[in-house]
Amino acid sequence: MSSQSEAAAVPGGPVGSTGASPARSAPDAAGAPGASTADELMSVQGIKVHFPIKRGIVLDRTVGYVYAVDGVDLSVRRGETYGLVGESGCGKSTLGRAILRLTEPTAGRVVFDGTDLTTLKGESLRTMRRRMQMVFQDPMSSLDPRQSVESILVEGLRAHDLDKGKEATGKRLRDLLGAVGLPTKSLRKYPHEFSGGQRQRIGIARALAVEPDLIIADEPVSALDVSVQAQVVNLLEELQEQFGLTYLVIAHDLAVVRHISDRVGVMYLGGLVEEATSDDLYAEPLHPYTRALLSAIPVPDPLVEDRRERILLKGDLPSPANPPNGCRFHTRCPWKQATKCSTDRPQLREVLPGHKVACHWAEDIRSGRIRPHEVEAVLVEEGDGLSPDVPLVGPASVTEALNP
Amino acid sequence: MVTPTRKKDRIDALAASSAEPDAGVSLAASAWRTLRRSPVFLTGAVIIGLFVLISLLAPWLAPQDPSDPMLIDQVVKARNEIPQPQDGHPLGGDLQGRDFFSRVLVGSQQTLIVGVLATLIGLAGGLTLGTLAGAFGGWVDSVVMRLVDVMLSLPSLLLAFSISALFARPNQYTVIVAVAVVQIPVFARLLRGSMLAQRHSDHVLAATALGVKPGAIVFRHMLPNSLGPVIVQSTLVLATAIIDAAALSFLGLGNPDDRIPEWGQMLGDVQNVFDTHPHLAAWPAGCIIVVALGFTLMGETLREALDPKSRR
Amino acid sequence: MALLEVRDLTVVFERKGEQPFTAVDHVSFDVEPGQTVGLVGESGCGKSVTSLAVMGLLPKRGARVSGTVSYEGVNLLSLSDKEMRDRRGRDLGMVFQDPLSSLNPVIPIGVQVTEVLERHRDMPRKKAMVEAADLLDKVGIPDPNRRLSEYPHQLSGGMRQRALIAIALACRPRLLIADEPTTALDVTIQAQILALLKELVQDLGTALVMITHDLGVVAGLCDEVNVLYGGRVVEKAQRHELFAQPRHPYTHGLLASIPRLDAPRGEKLHPIRGSVADNIPWDHGCAFAPRCPNALDVCVERTPEQEDLGAGRLLRCHNPVRPTVPEEVSA
Repeated sequence: MSSQSEAAAVPGGPVGSTGASPARSAPDAAGAPGASTADELMSVQGIKVHFPIKRGIVLDRTVGYVYAVDGVDLSVRRGETYGLVGESGCGKSTLGRAILRLTEPTAGRVVFDGTDLTTLKGESLRTMRRRMQMVFQDPMSSLDPRQSVESILVEGLRAHDLDKGKEATGKRLRDLLGAVGLPTKSLRKYPHEFSGGQRQRIGIARALAVEPDLIIADEPVSALDVSVQAQVVNLLEELQEQFGLTYLVIAHDLAVVRHISDRVGVMYLGGLVEEATSDDLYAEPLHPYTRALLSAIPVPDPLVEDRRERILLKGDLPSPANPPNGCRFHTRCPWKQATKCSTDRPQLREVLPGHKVACHWAEDIRSGRIRPHEVEAVLVEEGDGLSPDVPLVGPASVTEALNP
Repeated sequence: MVTPTRKKDRIDALAASSAEPDAGVSLAASAWRTLRRSPVFLTGAVIIGLFVLISLLAPWLAPQDPSDPMLIDQVVKARNEIPQPQDGHPLGGDLQGRDFFSRVLVGSQQTLIVGVLATLIGLAGGLTLGTLAGAFGGWVDSVVMRLVDVMLSLPSLLLAFSISALFARPNQYTVIVAVAVVQIPVFARLLRGSMLAQRHSDHVLAATALGVKPGAIVFRHMLPNSLGPVIVQSTLVLATAIIDAAALSFLGLGNPDDRIPEWGQMLGDVQNVFDTHPHLAAWPAGCIIVVALGFTLMGETLREALDPKSRR
Repeated sequence: MALLEVRDLTVVFERKGEQPFTAVDHVSFDVEPGQTVGLVGESGCGKSVTSLAVMGLLPKRGARVSGTVSYEGVNLLSLSDKEMRDRRGRDLGMVFQDPLSSLNPVIPIGVQVTEVLERHRDMPRKKAMVEAADLLDKVGIPDPNRRLSEYPHQLSGGMRQRALIAIALACRPRLLIADEPTTALDVTIQAQILALLKELVQDLGTALVMITHDLGVVAGLCDEVNVLYGGRVVEKAQRHELFAQPRHPYTHGLLASIPRLDAPRGEKLHPIRGSVADNIPWDHGCAFAPRCPNALDVCVERTPEQEDLGAGRLLRCHNPVRPTVPEEVSA
């Protein structure tokens, strides 16, 4: 009995279509730089999100900033999946939220299909939200426990005047549930009556309800059990084909991101350090951090694991409230050089066609002229007063409470 | 391919069924299901049920007229003597020679009215302020919360006195208003806190991302999900309100007319004779404690049952 | 005789007014000194409860534990609370998933380490301090002398986990139980911690019981792997055999459902259908049957017995995955 035939029994899963998303089938768009702007659905230009750290009893005093996102440029093409990876604290989730204006960016622009989102206000922003949706990490907390599935799904329709009468809406809801592989009887149930994977399907259905162009998925599978993760990953891929969706997938699991994405951006401490197609990124990671990250991911195969050489990074991620000067990664980089690294912040530049990297020495590392060396672990102070992870007893002020 | 021995349908049916009911169970419904089986909640509910029943039926249950000093001839002020329990007066009489048992029974009425009305008014005020602060944030929040801070910085009884003193002629309604106003900041602060937490919750963020109108987010998502602790608090506040009202009455800021009995007032009236006639204080005090306990038991179990995190 | 012998360990949770729930069902495994044994499975498979039962950390009320857990021939389950307290920390060390909540937030790291040394090894304070600094150094915490006076919140997640390992190792236990020790950590930090654990097993000959849901972690670290499903061990094998030829459809399904970093792209994943919520009770058949692509009628009629396939390989399945290429079935 082959596993192939059995996998077809998975709810709503055509198997065997080796996932040719629109972007993959249109390589010409990727090649020519002129064409890529026409094909671009969303672009982010120089976006920064700095959270003020405020202290004070009566009057708030800004004592510093958490540089959560510190100057990121990226563009997402229509129909592609762009994966954003990085470890906790690298600012990937904040970036995702800033793109959707769920967090106000400090600087920079987000252009969505020709419209500058950063200038939109109130009602025009709200209407624009129909076109860009979000799927959250924790399917339990992102669903209102007091709402039935029906009311969760109808809410988006109502908000954008897509509720066209009882009959049409009823059909729409059944179609949606069918698309995400849930039985129709789910409509009258409540989130707590579902398993984690099913809840995530509800969250996806909610996003789909308003017929968006772009879906930003923030760690869509990391809260799920391993065997269920694959169901959701496959579902996301199927929906993309079916509805021509564009995805920005944010995740810490590089294996998942590589599987699902056409292009991948790697973030470290608020900035993009490398961007490439997911095959190139895996085949030839150019940034030292990407190399370390790739080598650290365990592969479920003892033969591979026994042979692998790990690049073990020393020390911890520096605090985003107090990022190192120059290259943000130089404190942990095994390829760090005496010049430039600790003084100049490298810009993201195209080193190979379609492969961008923010490293002064990318070419030399690639050719092997620079060899890795031992790194002395640098102490990272968590409690030196500027870390946002350690709140005082309660928020010092309302503004602080609103900007965690 | 399927092996011959396998009846695929059967196992698929097994996979699909999971024996779940088709109709969903809302949080409230499942909370109620939990509560119905909780002995603690039932104890509280029985106490409160009896209390409400007694207070409603008090005029008929009471064997005597609670305002009639029918045993006044048995009161000897000089020797500090009061009527002993006797036929038709199972608990004897009070300092004015009125039937004590009837007074305790009828006292529940005033206590219930004061407690419930004061809590409801406090709740309404607190909800308004808390919703304003929690929904708008920013300067609205700052202004509201500073006001609340000022109110909280005064001892609650002192605040209640000051409010009662504003009224030229105190009566039972001025007591209710005074006690209610004192509760407003408690509710406002509680609601504002849980609204702020809701504001950052994923599902509110999800609603924002969905493009739901701000008003709908506040009233459909933030407020309903913030009410749990407020409901629990109101059961606890009921107890406080009864005690506060009693204190006001005792200090002469309550209803000057002591013909209509009220537990707090009864308790205050007998302070000087507590050492010789402890039962005069013990009955109303015991009643207040039992009723307060009833509300607290209900409140605590309610909180547990309403917490969505406790069910998965 | 192995260092730790777990035989038919069963944990039943009982709550008033509810059906008793069997979280761990006749689980048996051995751990030799210097050996790493993995307990793998998804949430609700009973792996964490197993570790808590071995450590004697389950609540006395509500959890009924049966079977035997022999450590050097002594049945830990028969020991009194006090005897067990003495053993924990001294003979058995444990590392938990969340390093922040496992450390006392108001006590400096140094005191938390020396406490163990003073209690179990009767060391005087001064000597314990020196030893503590040595331990922190051994687990790779830079500038250990300064760290001793710091509080848990002043350390990063990775450093906290190292500190926790240092505390677990303080009395040189011969057995270390690590319950998802890297789940809360980032991959680069996870790689550091896994390398550290590996080193400890090699250098000190500590026996390690590794509890995880991550098959990648298992592949790199464990000698022997027990795959748990619904509270029972469904497959047990040496790591190379297990990954080369998973026989249980669950193990097979798990491996097929994880995207691999080194696999060619563009292929669909093959998920296991349904979720743990679909399980049927073991006494009616195989708990995995409703999700199993290989399920036969017998799977929902009779409980599969554990079968010894030789070479330390155990399997509990009526219709296992055929070794090598699936052959045409003709019956």
